[in-house]
Amino acid sequence: MENVEKEPLFSAKYKKLITNPLGLDNPITVQVLGICSALAVTVKMKPAIVMAISVTVVVALSNMIIAFMRKAIPGRIRIIVQLVVIAALVIIVDQFLKAFAFDVSKQLSVFVGLIITNCIIMGRLEAFAMSNDPWPSFLDGIGNGAGYGLILIIVSFFREFLGSGSIMGYPVMEKLGLYNFGYEDNGFMILPPMALITVGLIIWVQRSRNKSLQETK
Amino acid sequence: MENLINIFVKSIFIDNMIFAYFLGMCSYLAVSKTVKTSVGLGIAVTFVLIITVPVNFLLEEYLLKKGALSWLNESFVTLDLSFLSFIMFIAVIASITQLVEMVIEKFSPSLYNSLGIFLPLIAVNCAILGASLFMQEREYETIAEATVFGLGSGIGWLMAIVALAAIREKMRYSNVPAPLRGLGITFILTGLMGIAFMSFLGIKL
Repeated sequence: MENVEKEPLFSAKYKKLITNPLGLDNPITVQVLGICSALAVTVKMKPAIVMAISVTVVVALSNMIIAFMRKAIPGRIRIIVQLVVIAALVIIVDQFLKAFAFDVSKQLSVFVGLIITNCIIMGRLEAFAMSNDPWPSFLDGIGNGAGYGLILIIVSFFREFLGSGSIMGYPVMEKLGLYNFGYEDNGFMILPPMALITVGLIIWVQRSRNKSLQETK
Repeated sequence: MENLINIFVKSIFIDNMIFAYFLGMCSYLAVSKTVKTSVGLGIAVTFVLIITVPVNFLLEEYLLKKGALSWLNESFVTLDLSFLSFIMFIAVIASITQLVEMVIEKFSPSLYNSLGIFLPLIAVNCAILGASLFMQEREYETIAEATVFGLGSGIGWLMAIVALAAIREKMRYSNVPAPLRGLGITFILTGLMGIAFMSFLGIKL
């Protein structure tokens, strides 16, 4: 075992695991995973960022744990085993949020629990962790969590900025004094359907820049 | 009775799983290419919801809620196990989905084949766990309310996916800009449908 050549912890291949999901292999806009909880928490930036961090933690750790156990899990019951690992991690995250960020945890309400069924986590476990070593799986989890968070932050930035006239709770529009000139917040952006349309527009921008992602039909 | 009808209508139109909370979007986007398969999946989701919500309601009421274990022993009155609810709910959902899968495989092999991979994936459909969590959060009082809520959510989900599938079948003949084709236009369509559904807001029976 001594002379097996070890790959350095951050080789080019491993770096790709983190950078790919940010753009060309984004979990939301390209792999179409994890949309369920992504959209409902994007009215304001703060819950969106908390959600992004929670999902990153859960996906990275569950990827790593499942990668450690992958040879011991019987194929037929693997979904239940994965769900138990994820649920345990989500309970820890939920209790942590309740203890240290209670108001954000109230805003997120059921969506913290819904991280369990977030398709990104199951998708990455099935597609990556079941056939890779713990360390690359961990990096893959971090990368996909970050790619998910990136979209969440973009969507919530536009929804909060246009819908409530603030960024991270700081009232930008009011400070600029735009209300005096008759500017009004676009209340439409706060409504749930606008999250879908915003993501649709992000996909449009991304795919018109990367022609390879376009679907033929 | 009036209360039940109110919950039913509300869970279909106003608190629609897809248009108000975006739950179950993954399979919603993936399966909504043809009307036929989407009807099958919608019925399966509704069926699982009708069973899991009341079962989880009983679990919540007699096992997890604060003081719920007092029927066992007086000294358990202060016991609060609700932090375990995620893992209990998901275990119930996963096992009931397994059961539904076996029943469908036995009695209707053709439906089983057409649903394929999506049947086991119902276990990780956010709409199912979401309904149980909403049931917990909104504190429904009787098992009838919980069942009606499950049924309504399921029908709302079924209606949404069938409507989208019907629109997408027509969309094949439209000239959509190339970068929007497929996923992009589906998002925007769902958004527009959501806006239409907002007109139900404020209806109270």
